Amino acid sequence: MRHATRETVLAWLGEVMDPEVPAVSVVDLGIVRDVQWKDDARPDASAPSLVVTLTPTYSGCPATEVIAQSIREALQAHGVEQVDVRTQLSPAWTTDWMTPKGRDALRAYGIAPPALRAPGADGTQVIDMGALRPGRAVVPCPRCGSRKTRLLSQFGSTACKALYQCNDCLEPFDYFKPH
Amino acid sequence: MSSKFQYLLRLGDNCLVLSQQLAAWCGHGPALEEDLALTNVALDLLGQARLWLSYAGEVEGRGRDEDALAYGRDGSGFRNLLLLEQPNGHYGDTMARQFLFDAWHQHLLAALSQSADMRIAEIAQKAAKEVRYHVERSAGLMIARGDGTEQSRTRMQAAVNKLWPYANEWFESDAVDAQCAAEGVAPAATSLAAPWHASVASVLAQATLVMPGYTGHQRGGKQGVHSEHLGHLLTSLQFVQRAYPGAQW
Repeated sequence: MRHATRETVLAWLGEVMDPEVPAVSVVDLGIVRDVQWKDDARPDASAPSLVVTLTPTYSGCPATEVIAQSIREALQAHGVEQVDVRTQLSPAWTTDWMTPKGRDALRAYGIAPPALRAPGADGTQVIDMGALRPGRAVVPCPRCGSRKTRLLSQFGSTACKALYQCNDCLEPFDYFKPH
Repeated sequence: MSSKFQYLLRLGDNCLVLSQQLAAWCGHGPALEEDLALTNVALDLLGQARLWLSYAGEVEGRGRDEDALAYGRDGSGFRNLLLLEQPNGHYGDTMARQFLFDAWHQHLLAALSQSADMRIAEIAQKAAKEVRYHVERSAGLMIARGDGTEQSRTRMQAAVNKLWPYANEWFESDAVDAQCAAEGVAPAATSLAAPWHASVASVLAQATLVMPGYTGHQRGGKQGVHSEHLGHLLTSLQFVQRAYPGAQW
């Protein structure tokens, strides 16, 4: 049997959603670092293994194990018999690896996407880690687009988010922290 | 025990013990936002503890994994700093402890990111990103409370004074530190003193708090000689695995 191509595998993984932010796939989140077929990954295996290399978002993110399991199940549903999910710490994950599609999906879901940490081609504002201090970052409201928003809490419902509120439409919203 | 193994236990135990302390605030924080923040910081530290202790078990080479190390050692086997096992106290005590540690932790992780041991460097680079956020938050709270009302400043100053004798141990080099520094695995313990003092002095000044001088010196945590507080903490941390060894869910 011919192996599915890398593009096909990535398309399959593009349907595996982050369990805590179900609007964004693991590919669009930027945590899938590599996919590779390995004939020798498991010496005892009857079929070649598909090695999926993931990098964790936060060290203690409880979703990490669920994500690995979801990936195994999704690939097995596409007929891949041997899936080997590996973890790679370095280089450390950054929200800059989130795809434009992922950022749009976040916004549509009601979560303000993270500001870019390194200069980006799309001209998005560039800030540093310190930008979460009140008054130091402009985080546009994902609902009405207003730039008049305020930080409510440096941490939100998950490790990766902070809680903001829009001063115009008054809606509270999550902000995916730049990391 | 190799020096690297002991050094990794120190790194992992610091994170594990402080994580357990912060987790005790879950549902008891003075405000919902604080509750969320402390438990998220606890989660980061728990993740870091797992990375360090897993590696410690591999370096030891006796088949102990992260769980065996976290749940199976007695107090004298723990290598965390004494500062971190000091009681949570009131919220100001908890935040002062957090800030003094975070300020050291960020400098330590920055140095460990350059470790000659690639695995240590990788874990440190990962953890450093999380700790930058921790120190920003704890420094912000020190400033807000210190430069706050008369009562909040008095209580923050008392918290800093009480914990100050515990903020020397990490700069004191012993054989383990010296060996790891000689191998390029870790920075010299003393090398972090100047950057730590600079960070702390800057924040305390903004917080209108007085930086204490030398007020005594507590030591022993790094070598496994602990205060009475650690045993109590371990009873809740380890209870399930002690009562039902190997239990899983």
